[in-house]
Amino acid sequence: MDMYAENILHHFKEPHHFGGLAKATVSAKESNPLCGDKYGMDLVIDKDGVISDASFTGEGCAISKAAVSMLMDEIIGKPLNEVEKISKENIYELLGVEVSAGRVKCALLGLKILQAAIKKYHEKIPDQR
Amino acid sequence: MFNAEDIKKDFPILRTKVNGKPLVYLDNAATSQKPECVIKATERYYSTENANVHRGVYTLAEIATGLYESTRLSVARFIGAVNGDDQPLYSEDGDIAEIIFTRGTTESINLVAYSWGDANVKEGDEILVSMLEHHSNLVPWQQLCKRKGATLKFIPIDENGEMDLDGLDDLITDKTKMVAVSMISNALGTITPVKEIVKKAKKVGAVTLVDGAQAAPHIPVNMRDLDCDFFAFSAHKMLGPTGLGVLYGKKEILEKMNPFLIGGDMIREVDLYDSTWNSPPHKFEAGTPNIAAVAAFTPAIEYLMDLGMENVFNHSKDLRDYAVSRLRELPKIHIYAEHAKNVSGIVSFTIKGVHAHDIASVLAADNVAIRAGHHCAQPLMNLMGESATARMSFYIYNTREDVDTAVRAVQKVYEIFKIS
Repeated sequence: MDMYAENILHHFKEPHHFGGLAKATVSAKESNPLCGDKYGMDLVIDKDGVISDASFTGEGCAISKAAVSMLMDEIIGKPLNEVEKISKENIYELLGVEVSAGRVKCALLGLKILQAAIKKYHEKIPDQR
Repeated sequence: MFNAEDIKKDFPILRTKVNGKPLVYLDNAATSQKPECVIKATERYYSTENANVHRGVYTLAEIATGLYESTRLSVARFIGAVNGDDQPLYSEDGDIAEIIFTRGTTESINLVAYSWGDANVKEGDEILVSMLEHHSNLVPWQQLCKRKGATLKFIPIDENGEMDLDGLDDLITDKTKMVAVSMISNALGTITPVKEIVKKAKKVGAVTLVDGAQAAPHIPVNMRDLDCDFFAFSAHKMLGPTGLGVLYGKKEILEKMNPFLIGGDMIREVDLYDSTWNSPPHKFEAGTPNIAAVAAFTPAIEYLMDLGMENVFNHSKDLRDYAVSRLRELPKIHIYAEHAKNVSGIVSFTIKGVHAHDIASVLAADNVAIRAGHHCAQPLMNLMGESATARMSFYIYNTREDVDTAVRAVQKVYEIFKIS
């Protein structure tokens, strides 16, 4: 099974930045109603609009969890305007494996939550945009 | 009994391969595959029999109407909605009154929840379902309760995934207006004591609906014996076409009900400002129905009746028991309803440390089709503390060899995820 590459299983079993943050600037959560994957994401965004810390909680399949874990590594220390450019193609690149059609929603769940969190942040602090 | 190897030959899709691997189809609780006779009947209908029903006087229209109405008789006989003379109950217009064609089980249940429910349930009333329900037999009642200010109650289940009827006398009260339960759990496969529940519901004058989506394809059902007011099921889970469901309803209750959808074919007289309704079943079949599906449903029913529903049940149950005996040997596996006494051809399981979706993906690589998810039974999954399970569900064309192939694929899950 090519989809279950070593790096994916590693992120699944020992996810990075997992457990949530007590003092998040903004949080978002989302589930995939079809398969029951469910994650929450906490972001700390500093006054310069840089994601200084991020963490996630929740449970789901190997693909979805690895994708969120990799996304955490990717966004920490980056400014929002850069993070906002992350596309679904970037997620596939991070995963580095062929994601079958039935698993696309799993792979992209983390990105969906990230985008929802950033949207919430802009609604909260509109003048930062 | 029958030979599943012979049956396989009647299903063209079972001859298909992916990456050279033959299809092992174990998602029958979601939908069944179709035998050649059903596929041919669909083709024959569109090639030589197609016309709208209940209207034209030309030959084709009579053929189409004849096919449509004769399937109604097949259905009535299949579910035992007939009297001692093997005849169903007819309406004043001479049609089989108790069999209504819908789009599927979901629409059948919605029909009852809206047409019967809106007219008969009021504030303070109670509706009883169970913890095992598929969303299609939960959400319509939940929303009816919200519309009316009624209370929804639940029959609990025990650790084997079987309904616990100990508290049933307290759950069914004078306030209970509707008792709606499924006959087989789609998530766990447990067979529920519907007859006993219907009996108790009758005592307080409650109306009863049985969700037969999993039961009609897998066990013998008889409406006169069950004595429920409504019974809902779908053609596609029992070798028939998709987009076709059945609502059985007792004639006297259907006659009193308002229509669900309104428009063509369900009227008697239409004035500019008022209309009167046709008699059942047509009162509940607005618009042009799925005639091709209805025409192809009779061969599906005949196929099952030729095998015998007792045999159909025993075959799938035997495969379930065999699968459980094989899976039980694997480490860190949890099999739901493993020790249930009354159970059908479904086995639901999880492996600690692996999400059900990943199990299904690994099996898919070997062209073994199983379902992973909450099986449209989220409250049940929450109760079990799971977000998802992997489910194998068996049918007439499955063999022990299919189970062996599936179990070999499950063993690969352990290798890939390095679990022992």
